[in-house]
Amino acid sequence: MATVGNARRSSYLAYSVPVLSVLAALLLGAIMLVLLDASPVEGVRAMFDGAFGSGDALISTALKATPLLLVGVGITIAFRANVINIGGEGQMVAGGLLSTALALALGDALPAILMVPLVLLAGIVGGAIWGAIPGALKAYYGVNEILSTIMLNIVAVQLMNYLLRGPMIDPGEIERGTRIPQTQRLPEAADLPLILGNDRLHIGPLIAVLAAIFAYILLWRTPLGYRVRAVGQNPDASRYAGIPVKRTVVLALTMSGAMAGLAGAILVFGSESHRMVTDGSTAGFTGSAGFNGIVAALFGGLHPVWTIPASFLFGGLLVGGNALQRAVQVPSALILALNGLVVIFVVSTDRYKRLLRDRASAAETAARLAELEEANSVSVAAGANGSDPPDRAEPPPEGTGAAEGRDE
Amino acid sequence: MADVPMLEMKGITKRFPGVLANDKVDFDLFAGEVHTLLGENGAGKSTLMKILYGLYQADEGEILLNGTPTLITSPTAAIEHNIGMIHQHFMLVETLTVAENVALGLPSSRGALTDLDAVSEKIVQLGSQYGLEIDPEATVWQLAVGQKQRVEIIKALYREAQLLILDEPTAVLTPQEVDQLFDTLHQMTADGRGLIFISHKLHEVLALSDRITVLRQGRVTGYTTTEGATRSSLASMMVGREVKLAPDKPDVETGSAALEISGLSVIGDRGNVVIDGIDLTVNEGEILGIAGVSGNGQRELAETIAGLRQAESGSITIAGTDVTNQRPVDVRAAGLAYVPEGRMKDGIIGLFTVAENLLLIDHNSKEFLDAGLLNFEAIRTHSQDLVDEFAVKTPSLDTPVRSLSGGNIQKLILARELSGTPTVLVASQPTRGVDIGAAEYIHKRLVQQRSEDTAILMISEDLDEVFGLSDRVAVMYEGEIMGIVDPKKATREQVGLMMAGVSQEQALA
Repeated sequence: MATVGNARRSSYLAYSVPVLSVLAALLLGAIMLVLLDASPVEGVRAMFDGAFGSGDALISTALKATPLLLVGVGITIAFRANVINIGGEGQMVAGGLLSTALALALGDALPAILMVPLVLLAGIVGGAIWGAIPGALKAYYGVNEILSTIMLNIVAVQLMNYLLRGPMIDPGEIERGTRIPQTQRLPEAADLPLILGNDRLHIGPLIAVLAAIFAYILLWRTPLGYRVRAVGQNPDASRYAGIPVKRTVVLALTMSGAMAGLAGAILVFGSESHRMVTDGSTAGFTGSAGFNGIVAALFGGLHPVWTIPASFLFGGLLVGGNALQRAVQVPSALILALNGLVVIFVVSTDRYKRLLRDRASAAETAARLAELEEANSVSVAAGANGSDPPDRAEPPPEGTGAAEGRDE
Repeated sequence: MADVPMLEMKGITKRFPGVLANDKVDFDLFAGEVHTLLGENGAGKSTLMKILYGLYQADEGEILLNGTPTLITSPTAAIEHNIGMIHQHFMLVETLTVAENVALGLPSSRGALTDLDAVSEKIVQLGSQYGLEIDPEATVWQLAVGQKQRVEIIKALYREAQLLILDEPTAVLTPQEVDQLFDTLHQMTADGRGLIFISHKLHEVLALSDRITVLRQGRVTGYTTTEGATRSSLASMMVGREVKLAPDKPDVETGSAALEISGLSVIGDRGNVVIDGIDLTVNEGEILGIAGVSGNGQRELAETIAGLRQAESGSITIAGTDVTNQRPVDVRAAGLAYVPEGRMKDGIIGLFTVAENLLLIDHNSKEFLDAGLLNFEAIRTHSQDLVDEFAVKTPSLDTPVRSLSGGNIQKLILARELSGTPTVLVASQPTRGVDIGAAEYIHKRLVQQRSEDTAILMISEDLDEVFGLSDRVAVMYEGEIMGIVDPKKATREQVGLMMAGVSQEQALA
């Protein structure tokens, strides 16, 4: 018979799955190092030192984690409405472009106290627009959001290429004839303020953490978040209860895009060159954060608060990978492979995690109901009260598809 | 009856994680009789029958066929032992013909080639023998529900089933079709076949069975021959206490018209007319029952009233407010409460907690907000009150609703819908598939709501429910109202005829 203890054990196992899957991926990575005649022990140490070993390393990791976290938080919002947003890259670009355009237009007219909030807001708006488009297409025309967000990534990068090579290009690049696709040095008033007296650490990581907490409050403490989650779990019942399902879907993707757009603005105004730069691909601007943020969100159980440590860890993996490459002289492709392994392990064990968690919740309810029955039959003497057992005398339901995540 | 039973199940025990589905169950069946297995959802009837049909293996106990201990390891083995099962949900390939469905999975007498002519011949012969006439060449999707069931029975007879399990075979039939089915079943027992009948419709059980075994929570809690059993004695055995099958209805003075529908026409999902110019009025303090075989426009009617489906023409007013083609939220604001027929799909959010589900309609209400954030203290108090008032059995307010029983989920939906003191309540299949205790409670609440002057439109396929609760009964057939009758004067047969499309004049003649 099931007990609450059994349920707990399944529950703990469920939480340990993502951690175990990262360890498994690193183990495979270590084997690859051995095959390349590099010392895995030294490699892992270099990775860890590079990511977390010093204050400087921690700052690098935090800065790397910032866009991952913002995109990841956006993913969790969309996911709660049962919308899969693969458009983080495009939404970051859209946010970056709109905020850059605003900064170029405003020039040195405004002080930093106004300029910084304005450009960040522009980033939010840019990303929101780029999220609202696939949202509206999905809600009103039934267009699959996975396809439309991916395609809008391509549209965004082409737009960026055009703007950064044309209207927004640094005039100096034309004079010199080098024509690197980048803007001029953006107004200093728009530079993200540095904190803790450090010359690299700006307010970006702080904003990202606040955004994650904001998303948590939004999703679980406000009527809007309640509607988003209700629509995501069961659009039929939501509609029957009078919730505007289509509008809620659009709103969820808009908010999701807004988070990625904010990440784009932070990338521009927190960059060391203080320009918007590309190399012609999306990754040239975003560093693939629009995709890696999805992995961070999955690693964090698609919960905005858990996405904070998940992004930090994943950011550390990216920073540490570079250190590893330098330390043991392995090809950079290995780092890509290692990241890929982590992605595959985290994503493919997600189903198993969900299965364990469902089992835990089913077992716990069964055990609690049994306790309730017992209490009833003791207090209500000899069958004065009818009792109904759980509806199905069947095994508890198994993992029910990719549409469900951890629910609080 | 022979001396040795054709089937004996001894001490059958089956455990699932967290549930003891069958606990030392004994069951037997003699040739030529109908032995009913009676019990609520989750009582273990289906588990026991799945063990017999080889779909599950018992953890303990043994099965004897004609006195010989037998292991039934798969449905194939069951069929080899001449056991047949008619499932509640038809197991037919819709795009194949009747003959092809019957022959499916059986070796052909012509080797690699099909022998459908021979199969057809046998189908016609079985059909005339048992009153199961059907065209072997007809494609299954074109058949009516009652005909599909005939195909299922012919399939079993074709495979020479001597022992037939019938899992709620009447769930989708009109009263006339049920009578026909029972004639067929009587003929089968006269031929020496044994039938196991699973049902929770008590009057059918009494009409058909020779003996009745009652299961509750996986255990045999009652056994009786049909002589001497009554509906209420059976219900008591199922629930373990005295049960009131029809609630006492106090006389209520009906007030003004609360729900008025006039000339309403609706186009269905397949582009056909599913509601064809109907007029209905429900007054305050009145329960108007809508009887009909499902699929005759009842669901569309409820959805159109609730603003979930567009009306093609006609109007709907609630307490004088025109709500035709308004948004669901506005219709609710005009005073509608709605218990949808698809409990799990449309009524609740399965992974949401009890408290969250109770909030589904009111989550924007100022009562539950504090500076724009949800006020969990107020929500918990409100939820706890509703859970207590409606006797929803749940471990806690934080339990995901999908792990509750059907009856408790239905009570939860009713609690949510009635918490706003509605003018009009539309309740679709309010007790379908719920246990007797919960059904009894839900009926009591509906009557209580009627006393509080709510106008109730109750759509139900269960004629007992319609007759027991309604002040007036409207019968729906193919999107039209065939007539409105007084349940105190009309008979089940008359309503049954109207459900089959006979006009009111002819039915009452």
